[in-house]
Amino acid sequence: MSNLSATIEPTGHAAPASEDAMDTVTRTGSETLSMNKAINAALADVLAENPRALVLGEDVGQLGGVFRITDGLQKRFGAERVFDTPLAESGILGMSVGLAMAGYHPIPEVQFDGFTYPAINQIVTQMARMNFRTRGALPMPITLRIPSFGGIQSPELHSESLEYIFAHVAGLKVVSPSSPHQAYHLMRHAATRPDPVVFMEPKSRYWQKDTVDFDDPGTLEGSVVVRPGRHLTLVAWGGMVARCLQVAELAAEDGIDVEVLDLRWLKPIDAAGLAASVSKTRRAVVVHEAPRSAGLGAEVAQTITEACFGTLKAPVERVTGFDVPFPSGSLEAEYLPNIDRILYGIQRVLEYQRG
Amino acid sequence: MTEAPRLEPHSTALPADELVELYRLMTKVRHLDTSAIAWQRQGILPGYAPMQGQEAAQVGSVRAMDTGRDFVFPTYREMGAALAAGVDMPEFMATHKATWNGGLYDATKYRFTPIQTVIAGSALHAVGWGHGQRLDAIREGRPETDLPTALIFLGDGASSQGDIHEAMNFAGIFKTPVVFFVQNNGWAISVPTEQQVAGGSVAARGAGYGIPAIKLDGNDVEAVVRGTRAAVEHARSGKGPAIVEAMTYRRGPHSTSDDPGRYRTLEDERRDAGADPIESLRDRLLADGTLDADAVTAIQAEAADFEEATRLAVQAQGPRPGAEMFEYVYQEQTEALKQQATQWREESEHV
Ligand SMILES: Cc1ncc(C[n+]2csc(CCOP(=O)(O)OP(=O)(O)O)c2C)c(N)n1
Ligand SMILES: [Mg+2]
Repeated sequence: MSNLSATIEPTGHAAPASEDAMDTVTRTGSETLSMNKAINAALADVLAENPRALVLGEDVGQLGGVFRITDGLQKRFGAERVFDTPLAESGILGMSVGLAMAGYHPIPEVQFDGFTYPAINQIVTQMARMNFRTRGALPMPITLRIPSFGGIQSPELHSESLEYIFAHVAGLKVVSPSSPHQAYHLMRHAATRPDPVVFMEPKSRYWQKDTVDFDDPGTLEGSVVVRPGRHLTLVAWGGMVARCLQVAELAAEDGIDVEVLDLRWLKPIDAAGLAASVSKTRRAVVVHEAPRSAGLGAEVAQTITEACFGTLKAPVERVTGFDVPFPSGSLEAEYLPNIDRILYGIQRVLEYQRG
Repeated sequence: MTEAPRLEPHSTALPADELVELYRLMTKVRHLDTSAIAWQRQGILPGYAPMQGQEAAQVGSVRAMDTGRDFVFPTYREMGAALAAGVDMPEFMATHKATWNGGLYDATKYRFTPIQTVIAGSALHAVGWGHGQRLDAIREGRPETDLPTALIFLGDGASSQGDIHEAMNFAGIFKTPVVFFVQNNGWAISVPTEQQVAGGSVAARGAGYGIPAIKLDGNDVEAVVRGTRAAVEHARSGKGPAIVEAMTYRRGPHSTSDDPGRYRTLEDERRDAGADPIESLRDRLLADGTLDADAVTAIQAEAADFEEATRLAVQAQGPRPGAEMFEYVYQEQTEALKQQATQWREESEHV
């Protein structure tokens, strides 16, 4: 077996890896990257910095993952630190729990959102509770990567929005980036936390390029306003953020000034950020892909209502998936919140009459 | 395809002093177990999962480990294993006292994971932890021939769970230092092993995974220690996992709220229980002159004293402060949780 630290090699942007266990990674300046490349870069940096970080999952090694997010990592860091597991999601998560008990920071990948279901038991009854059960003696620094949400006409159970489960589970934290910049920095942040973080990657955005500023990550906790506006706040996360930005452009043509708030952290949700935005705009629409009933939109709406009831001009509107199983690809456009449906939601809020 | 090597019991017979120590431990365990049922009747504990009949399996298997560097992954019925591993008993009983789910003991101090209520829930943890021991050796440039090893307990009922298949398969693929210790005690609550284990033997499944296995008399503590030692030697030396299936019997009810009369008769129990693991060891030690009647009496008195001290400590164990609910959810507490903790304090403590 090779020595693990000896398998760390320098790459283009990273500072040369030392022989020591710890490497400090300094990427500087900015670069235009697709989201999949940005996450790949973040994982490489995490692996270089923390000799106890591990990447595991189905096809993540030689192949580099079906979405190529782990491309090249096994070659660079060795098959001990980046490894394929047998095809069993409960096994991947259960093994990650044990690796965390042994002092490692596993970064497991579940290949597609819907195949997280076979691992729900390990995630909910074990990973999320172990710190609590052991009164902090066995923390669970695990970063669970899940290619998530719809938008690419994929087969059944490849388009789930699992925040509807995980944002409810005590002991988990849940985050979803909406851009390459967010993806790079949120991954580096999530993968250095001492608690389990579910990292939901919007697969419809994997190939979209944008600037990643390595020098200024910006704030890493809470939500971010990605477009300021005066008349109404659109709250979204993951793949819906880009769509809401498009909607905001269209609404601007009609003189409606829409603020878009990227919620980012789905647990804990940023109550202060929501309140700050909506206390200014006094109207809000929350947009998500998951079915409406008991979805995270309800939590967002109630959080806004509690903070802004006195000044709200209309009830918080929800534009969401329907209460149906995520349909086949040819019906996907009917199911997902589209530009028209979001505009209707905005209209309902703007035209709302009290009493 | 890999042929699973046969696992033979460790060749060295146990010395007399080790047998006496095993008898001491098992006597303590029996006394405490019987008492814990009484404590439940007396209202000291809300519930308890008795393990009478499984003392040899639990004490013997843990004694085969190196408790200074190995790690034990129990279920909810492993009081005997916990005692043998040196876990603080009042802190262990805290789970049954409803003080803290999983127990109050420090899992890292005793190298004994918290009490697991999810059947088969810990098996993959043992595999992950064991894999971590391999990675440690590789990172530190040590040969993978002397590895800290995981001991994972599971029941005949647990063997039906998918996680056990995944754990055995992963362990076989990764050559993980893990010993799967199956206590086949005949029952999973009310369902007998015949209706649980297709093929009749969990050990036999090892062949399919290329994992060596041994099936042994779980009521004979020497057989348990020697069989488990062989399994641990195999795993520790880097050859991969091993399976021990200890055939034993759950002499008591499933739990203090169970009524075995609904699914088995006293006659069934007398017929199927096999030898009492403690009485047979005592008779053996008396017969070969290792112990005399006075020594046996002294060991029993020691067990009674231990029970009394444990009971007093369990009785004195008060509830945990409610603030701990909020404290241990995360390493990095969230703002929402801080607010809920504050609200709870204001509304329940009127401060
Ligand atoms: C996943 C799960 N399903 C059901 C239960 C309820 N339950 C608790 S113990 C038990 C029987 C377990 O039998 P076995 O594995 O043979 O262990 P034993 O009780 O004999 O020690 C059941 C069904 C549980 N705790 N976890
Ligand atoms: Mg059983």
